[in-house]
Amino acid sequence: MTESIPKLALGPVLYYWTKETLLAFYERMSATAVDIIYLGETVCSKRRALHFEEWLELAERLQAAGKEVVLSTLALLEAESEIKSLRRLCENDRFTVEANDMGAVRLLSERNVPFVLGTGINVYSNRTLSFLVGLNAKRWVMPVELSRHTLASIQAQRPADVETEVFAYGRLPLAYSARCFTARHHNLPKDDCQFRCLQYPEGLPLSTREGQTFLAINGIQTQSAQTYNLLSELAELRELQVDVLRISPQAEGTDTVVEAFAACLHGERDPVKAAQTINATLPYGSCDGYWRGQPGLQEMMEVA
Amino acid sequence: MSTPASNSSQPLELVCPAGNLPSLKTAIEHGADSVYIGFRDDTNARHFPGLNFDTKTAAQGVQYAHAKGRRVFVALNTFPQPAGWERWQRAVDQAVELGVDAVIAADISVLDYASQRHPQLPLHLSVQGSATNYEAIRFYHERFGIRRVVLPRVLSLPQVKHVLDHSPVGIEVFGFGGLCIMVEGRCLLSSYVTGESPNMCGVCSPAKAVRWEETANGLETRLGGLLIDRYGPGEPAGYPTLCKGRFTVAGQTSYAIEEPTSLNTLALLPDLQQMGIAAIKIEGRQRSPAYVTQVTKVWRAAIDACRRNPATYAPKPEWLRELGKVSEGQQTTLGAYHRTWQ
Repeated sequence: MTESIPKLALGPVLYYWTKETLLAFYERMSATAVDIIYLGETVCSKRRALHFEEWLELAERLQAAGKEVVLSTLALLEAESEIKSLRRLCENDRFTVEANDMGAVRLLSERNVPFVLGTGINVYSNRTLSFLVGLNAKRWVMPVELSRHTLASIQAQRPADVETEVFAYGRLPLAYSARCFTARHHNLPKDDCQFRCLQYPEGLPLSTREGQTFLAINGIQTQSAQTYNLLSELAELRELQVDVLRISPQAEGTDTVVEAFAACLHGERDPVKAAQTINATLPYGSCDGYWRGQPGLQEMMEVA
Repeated sequence: MSTPASNSSQPLELVCPAGNLPSLKTAIEHGADSVYIGFRDDTNARHFPGLNFDTKTAAQGVQYAHAKGRRVFVALNTFPQPAGWERWQRAVDQAVELGVDAVIAADISVLDYASQRHPQLPLHLSVQGSATNYEAIRFYHERFGIRRVVLPRVLSLPQVKHVLDHSPVGIEVFGFGGLCIMVEGRCLLSSYVTGESPNMCGVCSPAKAVRWEETANGLETRLGGLLIDRYGPGEPAGYPTLCKGRFTVAGQTSYAIEEPTSLNTLALLPDLQQMGIAAIKIEGRQRSPAYVTQVTKVWRAAIDACRRNPATYAPKPEWLRELGKVSEGQQTTLGAYHRTWQ
């Protein structure tokens, strides 16, 4: 079995950052070892730090810097204006698109262009994957609640010519709602949210009344408070022939995480130790339960 | 048997839940046009102990319903993983053998198998299929020939109308019952805390992960060990559904995600009828036959009254009282249909 080194991908920024913050972030990222960069707003259409043309300009710059660029679509589409934006994105002829809704899958498959199936598309089996590969999906991102056991079964029967990407690091996207929880927290109606998400570049932590923080509110999205970290599982991810490892951007420390993944992939650092070093810096700790078929928030990594 | 197209001259179809044969019978006796059921395993999103139908009771249910000219739908609306695929395949075949009137499915592999193997079987896209826009609906229609879509409970009334105006198939909306506040089919909160989710296991906040404890601070409810809520003396305690607990965000403790409340759209019936919604779905296959009786009676009366005279229709106080008794936390809401809720 020939084993190639998995590529590193940077997922779309899930938070609302200002234009300056976003551009500075990607400027830094273009100098890191990530191979693939997913761009675009996937959570809330009211967030318009960058306009469509500005996203494209950024995409061109990152491509010129040697990155593969993919444009990601909105996960929850409700209004006609959102469908119009989706069409424009799907009709761009320069960059591959990551579909995060079946509406996007329809538009992309109609155009007969290769596309990526994002975490928002429910691919729970090789059968579903094969069907979508038949529509020209060239890469799929495994739903985050699936385990290594399920991944192994899917990989064993994976159709040819499709890449497997695993969400390997970051706060897990867990749910989407019509309701904006950030606006609700501020007692503001969603239609007049005053862009409060800008105040929370890593979301708003949510705790039990015993002080156990387990979720993070990010507008209409609910995330895990714990950071999913599969760095320590690198050997198994490679055995399972995962092609791409996704790192989901955080406001702080993403550069360090990318460096750690790259160093471990090239055998320069020990993955378990590197994972522990990162985990020690996380405000609400790490988790890897989903990977092991356990409740997602559990942390099972064996302490060396 | 064909599904009524979206057309405002068609009567609104009342689709009621049945977790067992007594519920199915009482739903039909009290005026359900259709009843939806599930089999006794993880092929459906209400995989609860002691609930659902085996082959024998399902056959009796279908026979009972058909004798009265009513329809039975089977929900096969979870997402099979490679290891369990045969169960879903068998469930589709079994639904066909039973002669059910539609299968309600969400996963692409299930829809693909059903449409290839049983092209005559009417397919409805489950709410778990997360189709919130007409492009997604068109996808399922073009690829699998679905005849109806059940919309997630996230759209406002004008948004529902917009989807309907562009949809190639009839639209079913939730009218009453437990309120999912997240887009169904895309909510992993339950597995994050308990390891089991609607998509994978057909359960949300499963009973086996629940603990009730009388403590010095009051009655505490826990899910997967996490404190979901704590009740003072005399405060009515509810089931610890993860999204309906009291949590702390930036120092404020409240129902940060959603109150324990039920969806009730009785007041919207004239709008739903006018815009040409095909069917209204009542949530609650996990509820008792008494619940099914109560809710079906009220909704039958309301739909009939609204059809007779939409201009003068208004929900009767006694209907609201009856529904209030079976609502979560004795509260109801218009949910996302009403923009200010969002």
